[in-house]
Amino acid sequence: MSDMDMEDDGSGVVKKFMFLNRKAPHGTVYALEGLEVVLITAAFDQDVSLVFTDDGVYQLMKGIDTKGIEVKDFSKTYRALDGYDIEKLYVDQASLDARGLTEDDLIVDVTVLSNDEMAKLMDEQDVVISF
Amino acid sequence: MPMVNIAGKEVEVDEEGYLIDLSQWNEDIAKYMAVEEKVDMTDNHWEVVNFLREYYDEYQIAPAVRVLTKAIGKKLGPDKGNNKYLYELFPYGPAKQACKIAGLPKPTGCI
Repeated sequence: MSDMDMEDDGSGVVKKFMFLNRKAPHGTVYALEGLEVVLITAAFDQDVSLVFTDDGVYQLMKGIDTKGIEVKDFSKTYRALDGYDIEKLYVDQASLDARGLTEDDLIVDVTVLSNDEMAKLMDEQDVVISF
Repeated sequence: MPMVNIAGKEVEVDEEGYLIDLSQWNEDIAKYMAVEEKVDMTDNHWEVVNFLREYYDEYQIAPAVRVLTKAIGKKLGPDKGNNKYLYELFPYGPAKQACKIAGLPKPTGCI
């Protein structure tokens, strides 16, 4: 019997998924689509981590106002993640620093990681998906 | 997108009958959607519908049923935050039906 068959006992396989958010929230569909994928993944009881790095840190900024560009402000939705049992949110320290941001500028509680810590966390994942 | 006439007002809905422009929502639209869904609205139904509207206002999404159940339990108590209670009110899926009546989009991940 292969490993695959052994795991298929009806209880389901839980994998470690990391979703890497690297782009600014608006201008492309990546951030919003990524968020939808995360919410869907949560329904399958997987171990989900979210990482915000590069311009992706802007997705979590407080006080976003999208009225002028006539698109939906989905930044509030990150605050719903807790209700979906997604509690592992990580932000890259260097990306915050480079943009003059601190944890206080973000709308949700996050864990800020150094490059080394981020690399280690990435190494522990089964699946890494980049948006 | 199809247009429907509700209480003398033209509103746009998607192919499954969900309201396109949330800001158009009013009680007449809710009652129209409820008839479409064959749901007889009671105070308990309105409580869930109003809860969903508040949830959307706060988080900008329609919650998955599991998340809705948990959130209702937190706010209205375990007597209401369970599948049995919510499915009795909305037999074809509390998230799906109640969201439609509340004028919200179909919940993400809901087939």
